[in-house]
Amino acid sequence: MDNAINFINAALFAGTPLLFGTLGELISEKAGCLNLGVEGMMWVGAFAGFFAALQTGSAMLSLLAAFGAAALCAAVYAFLTVTLRANQNVTGLTLTTFGVGLSLVLGSAMCQANGGAPNLPGSFRDKIAAFKIPIPGSGDDVVKLAVYPLTIFAIVLCISAAVFYKKTRHGLSVRASGENPAAADAAGVNVSAMKYASIILGGGICGIGGAFMSLVTANGAWMPAGIVNGFGWIAVALVIFVRWKPMLAILGAFVFGAFQSMRYYIPDSVISIPNAFYQMLPFVLTLIVLIVTSMRKSVHAGEPAAIGVNYYREER
Amino acid sequence: MKKLTKILSLLLIAAMLLAFAACANTDTNDTTDPTTTADSSSTNPSEISSETLKVPDDFKVGILHISSVAIQSGYTWAHHKGFLEMVSTLGVKESQIVVKDDVPDNDVTKTKQALQEMVDADCDLIFATSYNYMNTVKEFADEYPDVIFSHCSGYLSNDKNFNNYFGRIYEARYLSGIAAGLKMKEDGKKIAGYVAAMNNQNAEVTGGINAFALGIQSVLPDAEVKVKVTGSWYAPEQEGAAAQALIDAGAYVIAQHCDTENPQLKASDGKVFGVGYNTDMTTEATKNSHIIAPIWNWGVYYTEATKAVINGTWKSVNYYGGTKEGLIGLSPLNTAVAAKDTQTAIDAAKAKILDGSLIVFDKGLTKADGSIIDHALTDEEITGKIDYYIKGVSLL
Repeated sequence: MDNAINFINAALFAGTPLLFGTLGELISEKAGCLNLGVEGMMWVGAFAGFFAALQTGSAMLSLLAAFGAAALCAAVYAFLTVTLRANQNVTGLTLTTFGVGLSLVLGSAMCQANGGAPNLPGSFRDKIAAFKIPIPGSGDDVVKLAVYPLTIFAIVLCISAAVFYKKTRHGLSVRASGENPAAADAAGVNVSAMKYASIILGGGICGIGGAFMSLVTANGAWMPAGIVNGFGWIAVALVIFVRWKPMLAILGAFVFGAFQSMRYYIPDSVISIPNAFYQMLPFVLTLIVLIVTSMRKSVHAGEPAAIGVNYYREER
Repeated sequence: MKKLTKILSLLLIAAMLLAFAACANTDTNDTTDPTTTADSSSTNPSEISSETLKVPDDFKVGILHISSVAIQSGYTWAHHKGFLEMVSTLGVKESQIVVKDDVPDNDVTKTKQALQEMVDADCDLIFATSYNYMNTVKEFADEYPDVIFSHCSGYLSNDKNFNNYFGRIYEARYLSGIAAGLKMKEDGKKIAGYVAAMNNQNAEVTGGINAFALGIQSVLPDAEVKVKVTGSWYAPEQEGAAAQALIDAGAYVIAQHCDTENPQLKASDGKVFGVGYNTDMTTEATKNSHIIAPIWNWGVYYTEATKAVINGTWKSVNYYGGTKEGLIGLSPLNTAVAAKDTQTAIDAAKAKILDGSLIVFDKGLTKADGSIIDHALTDEEITGKIDYYIKGVSLL
C-alpha cells in the first residue's frame, strides 16, 4: 500500500511535464500543425522559467516567462509554416535544435555570471511545492499523496481544452481547420488565425512543462547540461498514443510517467530486467497503439486529416 | 552605383574577416582565467621559491574537455580547476596554454579536429580528460611521437609518449562511508541508498559502492546498501527518481556516483541525509542534509606531470594516485549534520590508509553471494575486474 502510493507519487511527478508537453502539442496538431519543436520549446521554457524565478522570485512571473518565451518560439514556427508555408517537419526539427542550443548557451552564460550553477532559494521552491495529502489507512504517517499545484493546473487545462473542442463554436472552427482547412475557409473560418492561435498557445503550454522540469524535477538547481533531455519527444509520441483526445492525455501522461519511474519501484528481487527495457516500454506501447488503430482504419481514430499539410487557399 | 556596391561588399568582407579574427583571439582568452595566469610568481612566492623550475618560453600545454569550462561545476570543472592550479603554481603564461572544451567524446571527428589544433599550436603536452577520447589520443600519440599525451580514466598507453592517469577514489568513498555509517548508527538506521550511473559491469562504479559499504560496515557491521542504477552518467530526472525510490524504501543516507546533485537535493527534500560526489555538495539547498563528499584534486597530477615534462624527466608510466598523493580527498565535513566525532573517526582511518595498515579491498572480503576473496585486490583488479557487490550491498 505504502509502496503503491510512493509509486503513484513518482508517476504523477514524472507525468506532469509530459502532460504539459502533450497538451501543447495536441493543441497545435488539432489545428493541423505538426510542431516537432516540442523538445526545443520545453528547453526554452525550462531556461526562461528558471531565469525569471532566479531574478524575481515570483512563481507567477516565472511561469509567465516560460510560457512567453516558448510561445515566442512557437510564433516563429507559426510565421514560417502558416504564412510562409515552409515544411512543417523541417521547421519543427529546426526549432528543437534551436531551442536546445539557445537554452544551453544562455544557461552556460548564466552559470558563468553566477560563478557556478545557480540554485533557487527554498522560499521560492515552497511556492510550487506539492500538497501532501495524508492517506488514511496507510501504514506509516510519513506516506502521503504528493500533488503539485502545477499538476492540477495541467489537468484543468486538459479538461478546458476538451470542453473547448467539443462544446464551443470556436473549438469546432479549430478542429475544422485541422481536418479540412478548405472547407473551413469556405465556411468563413479564418484558418490562418486558428492555426496561429493554436500553435502559439500550444507552444506556451509546452514551455510551462519545461519550466516544471527546471523548477520542480531538478529541485530548483540549474542542470548545466539540460534537464528536459527527451521528454519533448515522448510528448510527441504521447499525442499519438492518446489519439488527439485531451481527456485521454491526462491518463496517457501519467501512464507514461509510471513507465518512467517503474524501474525504480519494481524490486530487483522480484524481476531483474535491464534498464533499457523499461526505457523502451512507452515507445513500444505507442507503436502498438499505432498499429492497432491503423488496422481498425477507424474514422474516429482522431488524427486531424490535414495534419502536417500546409494550406494554400489558391489550390482549393 | 555598381562601384559603390562593390566597395560596400569589400568593406563587409573585411569587417567579417576582422570579426572572425577577433573571435579567434577571444576564444583563447576566454578559456583561461586571467587572474590565475597573471604573474603568478608574485602571488605564489612560497610555491615557486622552493622550485628551481623555469618554464621555457616555447613550452605549451593543452587540455581537452568534454563539456564547457564556463559551467564551473561538475566533472569538467574539477579537471579545469586542477589545470588552472598547475598553471598558477608553475607560472605558465596564458599564451602557453591551449584549452579545448565542449568536445563530445563520442564524436571522433570533433575530437580529432581539437587534438589536431592543439598539435598544430605546438603543444608539448596534451591532457585529454574523458574516457572515449582514448582511441583517438592513441592514434595521435603514434603519429606525433614528439608530443606527450596523457589520458584520464582509460587503459591504453605506450611506453614512449602516451600514458593514462586516474585515482583511488574508492579510498575517499570508504572514508565517506564512515561518516554515513556513524550518522546511521547515531539515529538507529540500517539502510543506505546509492544512486549508481552504471551497473555492476562497471568496475569503477561497483568498486566505489563496495568501498562505501565497507566504510559504513566498519562502524555499523550489519548495515545494508541498496543500489539503484540509472544507466547514464548524466540524467538529472532519472537520478532524482532513483534517489526518491531509495528514500521511499527506507534509505537514510543517499550516496551517489552520477553527475548531478539531484540525488542530494532529493535527500534534502525527503528529510534524510546525503553523501555527494565530485565537488563539495554542501550548498544552501543541502546544508541540512549533506554530510561529506569524496572529491578529486586533479591539480596534484597536472602539476607533477607538467613539471616532469618541463624538466625532461617525464616517463610513460601510468599514474594511479590516491589519498597519499593528495589526488583524492574529501570535502569539508558538514559538522552541522554529521554525527559526533565523525571527523576524529575519518582522520583515524585516513592515517591508517596513509601508513598502509588499512587496505580497503583487503583479503577476506565476502561477496554478496557468500564467497570469500582470498587475496587483497590488485590495482589491475580494482580498475577493471570488480563486477560483484560485497555482502550487505544489493540492487533494490
